[in-house]
Amino acid sequence: MTPRVLFFMRMRGILRKEVFQILRDPSSIALAIVLPLVLLFIFGYGVTLDADNVPVAVVLDDNGPAAREVSARFDLSPYFKTVHLTSMTDATKLLSQRDVDGIVHLQNDFSEDLYKRNRAPVQVIINGIDANRARLIQGYTRGVLQKWTEVRQARGKPVALPAVKISQRVWFNEAAVSRDFLVPGLITLIMTLIGILLTALVVAREWERGTMEAILVTPIRRVDLLLGKMLPYFVLGMLGMGLSVWVGVTLFHVPFRGSIVALFILSALFMLASSGFGLLISAAVRVQFVAAQISIVAGFLPALFLSGLIFDLDSTPRFIQIVSYVVPARYFVDISHTLFMAGDIWPVLLPNALALTGMAVLFISLAFRKITKRLEG
Amino acid sequence: MDIVRRIIALTIKEFIMILKDPKSRFVIIGPPLIQFFVFGYAATYDLKNVSYAVFDESRTYESRQLLSRFKGSENFELTKTLLAEREIAPIINREKVRLVIHIGPEFSRDLHNGRPATLQVIVDGRNSNVALIALGYIGSIVEQYNQDLVKNRMVTMDGPGLVLMNRSWFNANLESRWFIVSALGGLISMVVVMILTSLSVAREREFGTFDQLLVAPFNPAEILIGKSLPGMLFGIMDALLFAAGAVYWFGVPFRGTVPTLILALGCFIITIVGVGLLVSSLSMTMQQALLGSFVFMMPSVILSGFATPIENMPHWLQVGTLINPLRHIITALRNIFLEGAGISMVWPQLWPLLLMAGFALPLAAWMFRHRSQ
Repeated sequence: MTPRVLFFMRMRGILRKEVFQILRDPSSIALAIVLPLVLLFIFGYGVTLDADNVPVAVVLDDNGPAAREVSARFDLSPYFKTVHLTSMTDATKLLSQRDVDGIVHLQNDFSEDLYKRNRAPVQVIINGIDANRARLIQGYTRGVLQKWTEVRQARGKPVALPAVKISQRVWFNEAAVSRDFLVPGLITLIMTLIGILLTALVVAREWERGTMEAILVTPIRRVDLLLGKMLPYFVLGMLGMGLSVWVGVTLFHVPFRGSIVALFILSALFMLASSGFGLLISAAVRVQFVAAQISIVAGFLPALFLSGLIFDLDSTPRFIQIVSYVVPARYFVDISHTLFMAGDIWPVLLPNALALTGMAVLFISLAFRKITKRLEG
Repeated sequence: MDIVRRIIALTIKEFIMILKDPKSRFVIIGPPLIQFFVFGYAATYDLKNVSYAVFDESRTYESRQLLSRFKGSENFELTKTLLAEREIAPIINREKVRLVIHIGPEFSRDLHNGRPATLQVIVDGRNSNVALIALGYIGSIVEQYNQDLVKNRMVTMDGPGLVLMNRSWFNANLESRWFIVSALGGLISMVVVMILTSLSVAREREFGTFDQLLVAPFNPAEILIGKSLPGMLFGIMDALLFAAGAVYWFGVPFRGTVPTLILALGCFIITIVGVGLLVSSLSMTMQQALLGSFVFMMPSVILSGFATPIENMPHWLQVGTLINPLRHIITALRNIFLEGAGISMVWPQLWPLLLMAGFALPLAAWMFRHRSQ
């Protein structure tokens, strides 16, 4: 028999074994198929950074028509749900109890200030505990006041126009819907889980249970072992990815502006880097408990925090940015955001793809060296 | 006395199982601490050094004056000056800058003639949250500029106008790090405890030693206590370390009391131990246990209000988050740290935790025997 035939025979054997192992323990299929679906639904329907119907208390110490006009602007804004109160004491009580997130306060000399001095203060107090939300609310307030100016202008009433006004365009996501960037990020997270955690567990389990010894005495070579271990989880990961993209695009109408080919190639690279990392962990520690801990600490959590998935990397201190360069998810988050929202922009995709290729090669070759055919680690 | 002796023996055995392996010994102390510090720095919504490009067609004193306000802000970092409109698209597409500030040729003429002058801002919306926050910063810079123009009588208010006066309570500078770091300890200690306890029964099942434990003269309650104690101890230890780190390293204010903190963390950790043991008692292998704990942990992190506010969720999902232990401890931790909540103020968060623990722990003990058969 030629070496090639022998190679295929060995591969068939080891792949059959791995597939049986996956099928017999449905927990890995649950991780690849069920978890992505559950998470997508949660993200698609529920999780968003965009606040609407923010409860605010409106306190008018001045009940003139000008003050009521301002308060009507808050009533009409889709971002706010207003509660009208007569005293600041009640309002501050609601704010401390978290029943409202902010207070809009017009003092009793509001009309006078407005008409005599042309400048009337609108006092806005926001609960600053959730700083991000507070900032968004401040932005919405600014929008409401701007609307007041526009409406007055349209009605031909005298109004001071701002000396400089901002005309803003948000590219790729005109309405700034946070779901559109959270769903592509979620796909990164799911693939990280499958690639690192699942792969790490599988090989560590063989060592821990002693079945690795049984494999080592067969004519299987290291390359076969490596390929046989990686292929099934690679397929599972790609399935999870495909499923997530499909649900995201069809059900949640997340835009996908890149090409499927690019998505396939680049996610394959990411999957290789992740599963290479998973293999390296398991080959290095050989104990499931430790392999699991390391894949969470070095794989999953960095993918959540150090990838730009939610938190902006450019705003972190320098040393965090340096650490983030070794996190594969960082590159794929960039890739998926660009592919989903902007399209095939190769000047962005290519450097990231190169980084992922480099990491895949590094991790897999290190894992290859670590999977020695010796019993002692 | 016999019961106590048996429980002590079991607990010692559990501790030895965790601590005998140097790798696993390291794993429960070292990495969680490293994570806490790294993520404490990484997890912030405050933007610094947002890279931007300027395309100034006006090139006047006024436009330069406005632009100098951006240059002076630590939130922004000028990366490039553009000379033509066609340079805008590629520089954003390629992520060289996050936003482009464009001032048209009529800027200063408009300003002098009393017409609103336009500052055009083009932002990369790939991360819509960053885009919105950056626009917020720009909004306040321009607002300040407008007010200063009026104050310096560069322009006159030719009609009534509103002036926004923003104030924020509890966190005057809107530091998002406080919000994140005060809750981060809860999240990381959950991960540690969950992994530790979910593996405890499953590991013994996989190696077959659990049957020996079941036929030994222990009742399930004793096994349960023996299996819970290490997780409890390490969990509370880690969580307290994180709390200390938050205060002494990250400078998060601690306005509550230490007993309240310990009580809240105790309630939370016992719940997580319960969930972990329940997952473990349902699993036959370590792989199942780990994947099971992930199926629990991923949604609970996402639906905890840690990174995305609960208030933004639809009502039905907000109700659903009430069975998420992490949601309760995160609320409690933030209240204790930032608002100085006492026991009575965090009690609404604590009793659901105890209820969940009271459900999960007995069920896990019952499963020990019934799932084995």
